[in-house]
Amino acid sequence: MLRVENLTVKFPSRFGDFTAVQDLSMTIKPGEIHGLVGESGAGKSTVGAAIIGLLQSPGYISDGTMMLGDTDLRGLDQQEAHRLRGKRISMIFQDPQTSLNPLMRIEDQLVETILAHEDISAAAAKSRAIDLLEEMGIKDAASRMQSYPHQFSGGMRQRVVIALALCTNPELIIADEPTTALDVAVQSQVLDLIRRLAEVRKVGFMLITHDIGVIARIADTVTVMRHGKGIESGPTAQVLGNPVHTYTKQLMAAVPPLDRKIDRFMVPEKDDIVTPSMNSGAQAEAWLLSGTKSDPIGLSLSDIDVTFPGVRTSIFRKPDPFVALSEISFDVRPGSVMGIVGESGSGKSTLAKTLTGLVKPANGTMTLGSADLPGGKTRARKHPSRQLMQMVFQDPFSSLNSRHKIGDILAEPLWLYGLVKDQKERQELCADMLGLVGMPPEAINKFPHQFSGGQRQRIAVARALLARPKILICDEPTSALDVSIQAQLLNLLKDLQKAFGLTVIFISHNLSVVRQMSDDVVVLRNGRIQEKGPSEQVYEDPKADYTKRLLELTPTMPSQWMS
Amino acid sequence: MVFFLTKRLIQSVFVMLAVAFLAFSLFRYVGDPVSQMTGVETSVEDRERLREDLGLNDPFVYQFVRFTGDLLKGDFGYSYRTRQPVAEMIASRIPATLELGLVALMISLLVGIPAGVYTALRPRGFATQTILMLTLVGVSIPTFVIGIMLIFFFGVQLGWLPTFGRGGTVSVGGWETSFLTIDGWRSLILPALTLGVYQLTLTMRLVRAEMMDVMQSDYIRFATARGVPMGRMYFRHALSNTMVPVITIIGLQFGGVIAFSIVTESVFQWPGMGLLFLESIRFVDIPVMGVYLVVIAFFFVLVNLIVDLLYVLIDPRLRISDVS
Repeated sequence: MLRVENLTVKFPSRFGDFTAVQDLSMTIKPGEIHGLVGESGAGKSTVGAAIIGLLQSPGYISDGTMMLGDTDLRGLDQQEAHRLRGKRISMIFQDPQTSLNPLMRIEDQLVETILAHEDISAAAAKSRAIDLLEEMGIKDAASRMQSYPHQFSGGMRQRVVIALALCTNPELIIADEPTTALDVAVQSQVLDLIRRLAEVRKVGFMLITHDIGVIARIADTVTVMRHGKGIESGPTAQVLGNPVHTYTKQLMAAVPPLDRKIDRFMVPEKDDIVTPSMNSGAQAEAWLLSGTKSDPIGLSLSDIDVTFPGVRTSIFRKPDPFVALSEISFDVRPGSVMGIVGESGSGKSTLAKTLTGLVKPANGTMTLGSADLPGGKTRARKHPSRQLMQMVFQDPFSSLNSRHKIGDILAEPLWLYGLVKDQKERQELCADMLGLVGMPPEAINKFPHQFSGGQRQRIAVARALLARPKILICDEPTSALDVSIQAQLLNLLKDLQKAFGLTVIFISHNLSVVRQMSDDVVVLRNGRIQEKGPSEQVYEDPKADYTKRLLELTPTMPSQWMS
Repeated sequence: MVFFLTKRLIQSVFVMLAVAFLAFSLFRYVGDPVSQMTGVETSVEDRERLREDLGLNDPFVYQFVRFTGDLLKGDFGYSYRTRQPVAEMIASRIPATLELGLVALMISLLVGIPAGVYTALRPRGFATQTILMLTLVGVSIPTFVIGIMLIFFFGVQLGWLPTFGRGGTVSVGGWETSFLTIDGWRSLILPALTLGVYQLTLTMRLVRAEMMDVMQSDYIRFATARGVPMGRMYFRHALSNTMVPVITIIGLQFGGVIAFSIVTESVFQWPGMGLLFLESIRFVDIPVMGVYLVVIAFFFVLVNLIVDLLYVLIDPRLRISDVS
């Protein structure tokens, strides 16, 4: 049905053409789910955009053929291409929160799409829309259709998006990261829906994703992409189970497994490999050791409740407070790694904020080592915990001040906590610290935008360590990173944790990552602890139904493929 | 939503009270009201009696409460200059200013929004560049220069349109309108253009910026990907999503147009509130100035309330009560 041959997409720039996709070929048959997998910058989304004719300007297709049935997609003029969109090819985007027009009812958006492509009455279009929504699993569709997008939950919204993409019976749907923004439970439902549609309606899907687990779960065939080129292609079981190309093998090795704990990740070779620096970070290591190794400390929480004021809707009634965390108690053993997992909205980040004193708990006590840890603003600016606990944030693009040089960012904890008084000494220590996290020491004179996401996250880790902390709180430190970069960073965190006897609180929604990192684990849901215990025990023999379900629904690769 | 509106209404009351306090201070403390009202030959005893009669010896708070109460009853006091009730003077001037402001607003919306959409959709076109350059000129030239230039070309050189006054007006239930006679419309065109040009450029640039932003959004990409007709996409999907910020600015601007039509009114000798205000300043006619202040503040508050209501109409996400 879809046949792409030698597709090449270029983006002209001042420095010559940038080739985003090179010589890519693939075919998709009716009812086939074809996975397109690769890391960021591999050109996956560009392929999808080229096929549907929505390449961002100034990109253009410089070579190749794209045939949908008998139609030559490259030969269409603008109007023909627009008429074909929706009618024969449709698309699903990553974030259901933003892909629906917030000001229009679901009904209007569905009906307008059907009427744009088919010559039927508005009433007929409406009844088809109702049937379709019911088929997508939205109950009571006739009345739900009157709602606006914000009145649906994330998963429901993605169903509406899929209904919109399907409502004109297209032959091909390009799904660009359709489940990346969803929680595992919802992701699993949406993937099932896609699988069913492919089987029942014989729609061809191009499933673009970075998540190999998703590909392994539903794709029939897969193409692995890197730097715009197709590396390897074929039936999923063959490509992932028996990869031929080195890159595919490395990629597979970098995926953290859910079913066992491995010691270190294999790291794919990078082209832009960090050159081994002259100084290995020995000085920084010695400096850190002199302050941290001595005696690791633990942390314990008992009966912590956190509430936020609700939205006031009446003058007379006090709004019900929103309970973000309720009765949270756990102990973090000195020098151990505590993993905290949960879906979005489970209170993971609130917990991190509570620990760091950004949010004040309504009830409960926190203890750091043997001392009481005051919450929120009652914690003094000079409180020792502000130095002892350091945080690594999720988004390395916004957590570093873009107007400060790396050297200044790194030196901040040194003067702030009065650790190193001499300016020159500070700079030397910072440069050496960069060596310790695997970065060249010259980086201290550069600005954050000159680094990739993975490098910035290394800088964030270096900054946190320069405060000589005993406790490191990592809030989703790798979720903005590609798997291979994630593998590198996780390795780094493991090494540092071991070397300096750090106590780490590792927060993530990704169960596999948490398993690899943690000694103990706490499973959170809606602000309550569902289960806690040593992580091997929780993963091997989960007690709570919720944990069992989470483990079941997380898309993984069959273990025989991973060795 | 009811709560939201109630909150806004209560805030508005406080704004009005603050303005009333300003007007009161102006009346009471800028110069001595008694010496403003009396001549040189009035005796000291008479002055004292007048002071007592007017209640100027009463405690400050009591005076302010009485002043606010009078305002609420519609008793705005008397002008020092004309000895007429201020309420009548203002009421007779309001129609001229409101009509001028409305037409200026219409011009800015009817030209500004389509031009904004067009220039956003074809950002590199020749027409777009020309329009953008012209609007830059439009913003840079002061209002009175535009007015004088318009008078020079259309009034003096070509002789097509009258250059001052309202022309023929018809009284409809005490409201003097120029909308019902050709002469009235002819007189309205030049001042309304003068007043509207700045608004127009602002509206256009804002619509353009918002529209370019919205055209990059996911839901527009999704609408394109499912083949929604272009016209519908531009106007139904994109334009309505640009409206919230646009309405905010237009609302604030409309208040400004009413308040600051002073320059335009004086260039065209337009018998509106602005002109009245200028005359009052010249004669230190403090009661008129104070009431003008209150009336203008009232317009601002009213327009902003309407803008808040429009938000709720446009954006379903703000209708908190019906979240399911």
